[in-house]
Amino acid sequence: MKIPLSWLKEFVDIQLPLPELARLLTMAGLEVEAIQVVGLPMPSSADLHSAAHHEIKIEGLSWEADKIVTAAVYEVMPHPNADRLVLCRLDDGQQEHIVLTGAPNLYPYKGLGALPEPLKVPYAKEGARIYDGHQPGRVLTTLKRAKIRGIDSYSMICSEKELGISDEHEGVILLDPDAPVGVPLADYMGDAVLDIAITPNIARCASVLGVAREVAALTGQPLRQLDYSVQMEGPSIEGMASIEIQEPELNPRFVLGLAQNVIIRPSPYKVQLRLKLAGMRPIDNIVDATNYVMLEIGQPLHAFDYDVLKQRAGGNPPTIITRRARPGERLTTLDDVERELDDFTVLVCDTAGALSIAGVMGGAESEVSAQSRNILLEGAAWNFINIRRTVSAQKLQSEAAYRFSRGVHPAMAERGVRRCLELMRRWADGVIAQGLIDNYPLPPRDPMVEISTSDVRRWLGIDLTPQEIADLLARLEFKTEIFGQTVRAQTPDHRLDIGEGVVGMADLMEEIARIYGYERIPETRMNDELPPQRNNLELEREERIRDALVNLGLQEIATYRLTSPEREARRFPPGAAPDDLPYIQLANPIAADRTVMRHSLLSSVLEVVERNARLRPRMALFEIGPVYLASEEGLLPDEVPRLAIALSGPRAPAGWQEADNAPMDFYDLKGILEALLEDLHITGVRYEPAEHPSFHPGKCARIRVGEQVLGVFGELHPLARVNYELPETPLLAAELNMRALISLTPDRFEISAVPVFPPVLEDLAVVVDENLPADQVEAVIRQASGKALAGLRLFDVYRGEQIGAGKKSLAYSLAYQSPERTLTAEEAQKIRQRIIRQLERELGAKLRS
Amino acid sequence: MLESLNQIERQALNELEATQDEDSLQRWKVAHLGRNSPLMRVFDHLGALPKEERPSIGRRANEVKRALESAFEARSQALVQAAVLRSLQAERLDVTLPGRPIARGRLHPNTQTLRRIYRIFGDMGFQVFRSREVETDEYNFELLNIPAHHPARDMWDTFYTTTPGVILRTHTSPGQIHVMRQYAPEPIRVILPGMCYRYEQLSARKDTQFNQVEGLAVGRNITFGDLKGTLTDFARRMFGENVRTRFRASHFPFTEPSAEMDIECFICGGEGCSVCGGSGWLEILGSGMVHPVVLRNGGYDPRIYSGFAFGMGPERITMLKHRIEDIRHLWMNDLRFLEQF
Repeated sequence: MKIPLSWLKEFVDIQLPLPELARLLTMAGLEVEAIQVVGLPMPSSADLHSAAHHEIKIEGLSWEADKIVTAAVYEVMPHPNADRLVLCRLDDGQQEHIVLTGAPNLYPYKGLGALPEPLKVPYAKEGARIYDGHQPGRVLTTLKRAKIRGIDSYSMICSEKELGISDEHEGVILLDPDAPVGVPLADYMGDAVLDIAITPNIARCASVLGVAREVAALTGQPLRQLDYSVQMEGPSIEGMASIEIQEPELNPRFVLGLAQNVIIRPSPYKVQLRLKLAGMRPIDNIVDATNYVMLEIGQPLHAFDYDVLKQRAGGNPPTIITRRARPGERLTTLDDVERELDDFTVLVCDTAGALSIAGVMGGAESEVSAQSRNILLEGAAWNFINIRRTVSAQKLQSEAAYRFSRGVHPAMAERGVRRCLELMRRWADGVIAQGLIDNYPLPPRDPMVEISTSDVRRWLGIDLTPQEIADLLARLEFKTEIFGQTVRAQTPDHRLDIGEGVVGMADLMEEIARIYGYERIPETRMNDELPPQRNNLELEREERIRDALVNLGLQEIATYRLTSPEREARRFPPGAAPDDLPYIQLANPIAADRTVMRHSLLSSVLEVVERNARLRPRMALFEIGPVYLASEEGLLPDEVPRLAIALSGPRAPAGWQEADNAPMDFYDLKGILEALLEDLHITGVRYEPAEHPSFHPGKCARIRVGEQVLGVFGELHPLARVNYELPETPLLAAELNMRALISLTPDRFEISAVPVFPPVLEDLAVVVDENLPADQVEAVIRQASGKALAGLRLFDVYRGEQIGAGKKSLAYSLAYQSPERTLTAEEAQKIRQRIIRQLERELGAKLRS
Repeated sequence: MLESLNQIERQALNELEATQDEDSLQRWKVAHLGRNSPLMRVFDHLGALPKEERPSIGRRANEVKRALESAFEARSQALVQAAVLRSLQAERLDVTLPGRPIARGRLHPNTQTLRRIYRIFGDMGFQVFRSREVETDEYNFELLNIPAHHPARDMWDTFYTTTPGVILRTHTSPGQIHVMRQYAPEPIRVILPGMCYRYEQLSARKDTQFNQVEGLAVGRNITFGDLKGTLTDFARRMFGENVRTRFRASHFPFTEPSAEMDIECFICGGEGCSVCGGSGWLEILGSGMVHPVVLRNGGYDPRIYSGFAFGMGPERITMLKHRIEDIRHLWMNDLRFLEQF
């Protein structure tokens, strides 16, 4: 919300330098996002320094006191050599000048001779620094002497753009007729605008008065209240209109006032200036009055053309009806959009139909026009939740809706109408009808909240006396009474954010802390019972797995968890059975390729390999994260943690020396997985051939421990591979179940004693059928050698003519060892024979000679 | 005879000087200490000398022998040493050549920052509690004092799923309700890390997916002063022992009073720079005293219990510490980026 400083100062004295004011507001929760200087002197560097640690962005133009002043134009004369230029005879309070300008809004005065009433204008003298009106944006320039079409020009009557007020450069500014002549313009109308972010809890501050109240509370200055009295000199309003509220829950109050015989014209320039600085466009004195009051005290108002309403009522006094929209009901709003209304939309109607969407926007028909003479002024209160629903359903924002959807206290409705009627009287010469029509079926209950010194101690950690508490609250207009150690505070009738009971207590706590000052509350360390201490085994083991994989040379990655079924389908060869599990699907996706929560971590990792394929020949990546599988039990999916690994490229990274440049294969990945499981002390691991659509059918394995499946891994299926732009080398990948990894990781493990006696080492090569899995040979060796086997390592796999077709030779290096003594050659020989016999008997293996 | 021995010694030592390698040294040994060497012949002929000359000549001959032997040893050592030195000279490496590259693994920067946060709060007695990402509207909003159609809902742009009432959590705060309902009425000190989602247009500063670390302390005697103290302790460990903090009033529906914590910019020390946008301060986290409605929804009576909560974006901390300009780098997994950590 944009708050002009001059307006703020009507309500409270402000001695603080601007940056200090901004810092004070910001620290109290009214964040000043920027300050736009419009004429006033820029804060001095000393002031900026005193505020050192909240340097708000301050921009804008200061009007030099000696060079930019108010002036009077006495005559507008034609330029001898140019139709589009005029010469103004102008008095700047010191002397007369002839000033040249092309402003079209001075043409009507051209050649009229001496004006009966001089025009008051802002006047920039030679050397003044202003914005260049002809350049886009805001570009500073200095006024220099020049000859334009044969006439000397050294000074200027300024437009709004040149002074940094708005982007308006069509005409020059015409000040109000009562403007003095020859005073610095900055003194007359210089300003600065604070742009304040209004959070939902301070909706009451979406007005000049609201911010002024905070400034008063924070600085200890008194707040100057508005006088809401109206000079009512017209006939009584009674009988001239009536109000019918159908649902007080949605419309707790509706107030009407009447201004007769108004003269519609532009508002005084100072009013227009304020509206512009606050970000609103001036329209005419009637509409401006409603907007002015809304900005000033936060109560949106609506002006109807009374005569139009009367005509719609067949010449009778109109009846204003508030009700929900009927099925299929439509209304064309002021923005010229015909709208279909929802059954929760509340309308302001008369007997002939809808007039406006309550609290949001008026209808076109009853709008005030240049011909309007009599104005029926609405000030109402609306249910903020309902207004919010309407705003989001109609996608229709307005300054009124902004405020009503955050809550405006019904007490403000009458104040708004009174203030606005008085302004219409002053600005539009309106005659104000006596009295108001006020239908107030549902006044809110302003909470009475109790708060004690011990509450403050317990919640904030500071000791305040009941009087201190009462004083802090009184600064925000709470009415307080003290009973012993308790303060009873009555919520003032301009705010709706204070709750009842313990909620109200917390609400007051915030106000006490804010006004007392957060920075004054001392920093302490907790002095309370410690909670029971617990491990988070799942997280600890997850992090352990990360460390193990990093130690194995893998790079961790982190991917987006939103994807699309099409993206995930790429992990399968065309024609493979699709992933037909239901996805968690977004109702409002932000992009076509992010519509669902992922099913596959493998997919995420493959996409990363693809992204880096041209950048890095060698990749070893992993990610740990969930996939989201629809659950049969409830609404919410099972978030299943997974581990995915991808490898590709040469085994050793490239250097300048010879290295193992062969591409990594299945066994590189298997080696990593074995090392990981070993690191986690998971035992009893089996690898078995597996079928999985993403993997090469001959190069895919499942990892099992007992009945639990840990996951699958292998080489990416060649037909899935073509779905990605991947490097030439084989791509190895794994997708593992983290829950199984975590649950199989033992809490503790035991080690075997370091042997004292030397082992007997020997090699053993056996020839077996090509199709016999190696793990069966190993199992028989282990079984046959029993406890004596201290080491077993496969060191060669050989196929060739020597051993015959359909056969392979597996060569093992074995170590036999006893914890009690050195084994003899005979004992070793016995073990060896036992191994050979059992291999022959169980697997048909032959000792390779 | 004595003179002859002196002559033998002089000549042998002279010739020893000339030996340059093992071969010539061995030849010298045969020539001067071998069986047929002049010295040995002196020993051989000792018996033939007159009796009175024998002791003096014998003594002198032994002296010469010891002298030649020790000179031989010394020369031998010197030659070995010289050979080693020569070979060392020849075996010089270019130590500026690069080492053999290692395929090094790394943790993602997000993990590194999260671990640092776990560590600091762990030391202060806060344990890690994790909860789900796909949440109900009830846990993400209603129970946190954000009813439907409340203006506070504007603060979160939510991803809705096609299942009514099921959304992607917009913050880790629903974890507050989960942890309170699990542990009530025990005191609580936890941090709640995890992934959150918001319907945001992608930009360098905002992404649709981000980690958050929430913190929660609940007990019978937890104050706003404790909130300030605990978070300042955190800031000092995370950003530097002397870092200054400030707490600004703010608004979150689930805390009251609420505060934003800023730290003095650790890049410029508060002088103002491009990282802090010239303000000298960096916004680090939102915090506040747990709202009575939230305490009650968690199973704690707000008349007896109080607590504070806070939430921070670890990605923002990572970005600040490493001067990362675009948050999307943290999810794009460009190895040229990740390999720098």
